[in-house]
Amino acid sequence: MVKMSNKVLIIIPAYNEAESIEDVISAVKKELPDAGIVVINDGSRDATSSLSKRLGATVADLPYNMGIGAAMQTGYKYAVLNDYDIAVQVDGDGQHPPDQINYLIGPISKGKADMVIGSRFLEMGEYHPSLARNIGIKIFSTVISLITGRKITDTTSGFRAVNKGAIRFFAQNYPDDYPEVEAIVLLCKAGFNIMETAVRMKERTGGKSSITALQGVYYMVKVLLSIFIDMLKRVKR
Amino acid sequence: MQLVQVIAIIFSVGLLIGIVDLIRRGMIKEQYALLWLASAVILLILSVWRGLLDKIALATGIAYPPSLLFLVAFLFLLLIVLHFSVIISDFSERNKRLGQEVAILKTMFEQYKKGNEK
Repeated sequence: MVKMSNKVLIIIPAYNEAESIEDVISAVKKELPDAGIVVINDGSRDATSSLSKRLGATVADLPYNMGIGAAMQTGYKYAVLNDYDIAVQVDGDGQHPPDQINYLIGPISKGKADMVIGSRFLEMGEYHPSLARNIGIKIFSTVISLITGRKITDTTSGFRAVNKGAIRFFAQNYPDDYPEVEAIVLLCKAGFNIMETAVRMKERTGGKSSITALQGVYYMVKVLLSIFIDMLKRVKR
Repeated sequence: MQLVQVIAIIFSVGLLIGIVDLIRRGMIKEQYALLWLASAVILLILSVWRGLLDKIALATGIAYPPSLLFLVAFLFLLLIVLHFSVIISDFSERNKRLGQEVAILKTMFEQYKKGNEK
């Protein structure tokens, strides 16, 4: 059923994103004036929390740096407690342009999918990854597509929207360290419907990528291992 | 009595006394001490009762019976470490949940305070 007015929550996980967080929040408010915004401040040592509060965002300050997975899950728990219908993940570093959020929400509010992933690769965009990164992306895409039985081109994209059922699921089950890829597997195992939609992403405006070149290989191995462990896990919906 | 048996008995008794003392002083909770106690008791039994040690060694193809003590100790250590991994995983999950709930409670408390001020 299509509800006329869905309560939408924008979840912005942020770790030391003082340089970019204000632009992200302002842009979200401009694009979606009715949406709730919760910034999950993951133990930042800079002004991330106070800057966000000044702009009127709700801020949840984690007591210590708990990692991106625990931070995202905090957002989902907040969404459950406040009865939101749709939750959208937007990075605090400015790489996810808020004017693209409606492309993610659209299929969800029409009931076409439980989770919509914003993909950089469905249409030729400005994003040109390095060769090594490109190989990693292809491997993930192939593995995930095989497991889920549907084509997922941008498995590491953290720009996504989920409906109420998936919000509840993520509030109970969310991976810890590099959660984007694993979350797809868990959601799929629990029988949720996942689709991709083309979005434009920006170069980050502040901060550094959470993955340096040296960590790339470690990241790949760890995520692939985690995927296989996830395959063994019992998942309760 | 061979020297190796004397050493094994002294070691097992020492281990048992140490564990019991730690439990008595409340430095290990009983549930975490259970595997330690079991390992100390079984090592002590095998050290004292040479006949049993020889029998098991013979049955399992171990040529030098006292080395069976090492095998038993090693298996217990494996079990204890595995047990710890399970406990640590459980703790970190609970710790995460606590941190998340504290953050959400603080947020909602501030919202509530702001609502009351208006």
